[in-house]
Amino acid sequence: MKRSVATGMILLGVSILVLFFLNLLLGSVSVPAGQVWKILWGGEVDNTIWQNIILKSRFPQALTALVAGAGLSVAGLQMQTVFRNPLAGPSVLGVSSGASLGVAFVVLLSGRLGGVALSRLGYMGELAMTVSAIIGALAIMLLIVWVAQKVRGNVTLLIIGVMIGYVATAIIGVLKFFSAEEDVRAYVVWGLGSFARVSGGQVMSFVLIMAILLPLSFLLVKTLNLLLLGDGYARNLGLNVRRARMWVIVSAGVLVAIVTAYCGPISFLGLAVPHLCRGIFRTSDHRILMPASLLAGASLALLCNLIARMPGFEGALPVNSVTALIGAPVVAVVLFKRRKEDMGE
Amino acid sequence: MKREETIRIEKLSIGYQGRHSVKTVAEGISDSIHSGELTCLLGENGAGKSTLLRTLSGFLPPISGEITILGKPLRSYSERELATVIGVVLTERTNLQNMTVTELVGMGRSPYTGFWGRLSAQDRRKVDEALSLVGIPSLRDRMVQTLSDGERQKVMIAKALAQETPIIFLDEPTAFLDYPSKVEVLNLLGRLSREMGKTIFLSTHDLELALRVADRVWLMTKQGTVQAGLPENLFIDPETGRFHFL
Repeated sequence: MKRSVATGMILLGVSILVLFFLNLLLGSVSVPAGQVWKILWGGEVDNTIWQNIILKSRFPQALTALVAGAGLSVAGLQMQTVFRNPLAGPSVLGVSSGASLGVAFVVLLSGRLGGVALSRLGYMGELAMTVSAIIGALAIMLLIVWVAQKVRGNVTLLIIGVMIGYVATAIIGVLKFFSAEEDVRAYVVWGLGSFARVSGGQVMSFVLIMAILLPLSFLLVKTLNLLLLGDGYARNLGLNVRRARMWVIVSAGVLVAIVTAYCGPISFLGLAVPHLCRGIFRTSDHRILMPASLLAGASLALLCNLIARMPGFEGALPVNSVTALIGAPVVAVVLFKRRKEDMGE
Repeated sequence: MKREETIRIEKLSIGYQGRHSVKTVAEGISDSIHSGELTCLLGENGAGKSTLLRTLSGFLPPISGEITILGKPLRSYSERELATVIGVVLTERTNLQNMTVTELVGMGRSPYTGFWGRLSAQDRRKVDEALSLVGIPSLRDRMVQTLSDGERQKVMIAKALAQETPIIFLDEPTAFLDYPSKVEVLNLLGRLSREMGKTIFLSTHDLELALRVADRVWLMTKQGTVQAGLPENLFIDPETGRFHFL
C-alpha cells in the first residue's frame, strides 16, 4: 500500500521530467536533443536562433504549463472536497469569471474611455491585464467568502457562486457589445487561455508567487480530510467548519485567480485531475491526494501543451480545446463508473 | 462501573432561533444522564429528537436553560475540548469513497493528532481496540462504500470509540437496519455503556427493542414535553394509545 503510493508519485515525477523535456524538444523548429540539453545547462551553442527558441519561448511556456496545471488541480481538489461535489472545479465559484470581468473592463473599456487600446500597449498592457484579472478574481472571491459566512448550506453557496459567475459573464457580454472590434478580439484571444502568452519576465514572478502559494495550500490537508466526513462529524471532531470552509475557498480562490490572471481561463484540468488521482491512488486521504493532484496536474498540463503545439497544428490549437478533449472523457468515465457502483449497491 | 451524573439538564428549551422569530420545539426539560447507562430517547417523527441531540452535542444553541457536561457548562467548552468529551454518530449518510474502514475509524483520533493528522503508533492501537470492541476487525481493510448499512453503523460507532469520549450521542443508530442488526447494535451499545462506563444517549423509533436494552427512557411528545423514567414504568394508556410513565 505505502510502497504503491511512493511508486505512483515517482512515476508522476518522472513523467513531468520527460514531458518537460519533450516540451523543449518538440515544436515547429526542430532542435537536436543534444543541443537542447546543452542550452538548458547554459552551454555555448553556435546557433543563437535555437538558443532563443528554447530559452525565450519553449522554456517559459513549459514552466508556465507545469505551474498552472499544478495550481488548478490543487484548487480543483479543494473545491470538490469542500463542496462534496464531484463536479465542482476551480471555476465553479465564479472566481475565473471574476478574472475575466477584470480583464474585460481593462481591455474593452480602456479603448472606449481613454482612447488607447491597452491591448496594443505591449508589456504595459500585458501587466495591466494581469493585475486587472487578479483584482477581478479576488473581488469575486471576497464576495463569495462573505456569502459563505452568511449561508450555512453548501449547495446554497454553490448555487450563489454559479449565479455570480453568470452575472459576471452577462456584464462582460454588455461590455463586448459596446466595444471596438479589435478590443473584443483581444479579449476573446485572452479568453482562449494559453501557456504561451506569459513572457519571460512575467514567468519568474508567476512561478515565484505559485511557489509560495502551493505549499501554503498544503497546510489544509487535515482540515480537508475532516471535511470529507460531512459538517456534523467534522464539527464533532473539533473543526470550526465555517472557518475551515472559508480558508479552503480562499486558498483555492487565490490559486485560480493567479493562474487565470497569467494564462487566461484554463478549463477542465482542475475538474478532471482530482478524479484521475482518486482513481489511480484509490484513496481520499488528502495527504496523498494533494501532492498527487499537484504532480498529475503539472504532468497533464505539459501533455496538453505538447499536443496543442504538435507539428501540423503549429500553435493553432488553443490549450482549452486540448484540455477539454482530454478532460471531458475522463470526467465522463468517472461519472459512468460511479453510476455503475451506485446501481451495484 | 460506577454510575455518575455526567450530563445535567435544567429548564432547557430547545428549538431554532431566526433573526426575528423563535421556533420552540420542546421546553422545560430537566433531567440527568448517567455514566454506565444506556439512555434511549423515544418519540414520534417530528417530536424534536434530533433537535435535542443537536443541542446536547453543542451544534445548536439552546433557547434557554442550562446544560452541564461533566460539571462544566456546555457553552464554556471550546470546539477542541468538546471533541474529546462528546462523540457522535449521526444520521447524515456520508458519501465517502475510496476510504478504508481503518482510515475512517482513524479520523476519530483527529482531536489528538497533530497538524498533519498523522496517526501515531498509540493512535493506531486505539483504532485497533475500537475495531475489536465493536467486533469488526475483519472489516479493517474494506472500502467504506462497499459496506452494508449495519456494518457502516458499526464503523461509525468504532469511530466514536476511537475518539475516546466519555459521552456518546447517537441519532437513530438503528434506522435503515434490518431486525437482527438492530438487536446487535443496541446490545453492543448497552454492553459498551455498562462495561466501559460510557454515557450513551441515543434516539430511536424501535420502542420494543429500546425498552429491552435501555437503563432509562426519555419520552418526547409532539406537544414539546419530555418525560423520563425507567423502562419498566412505561405504560400505554388504553384509551388514548399514548405512552406515559407511572
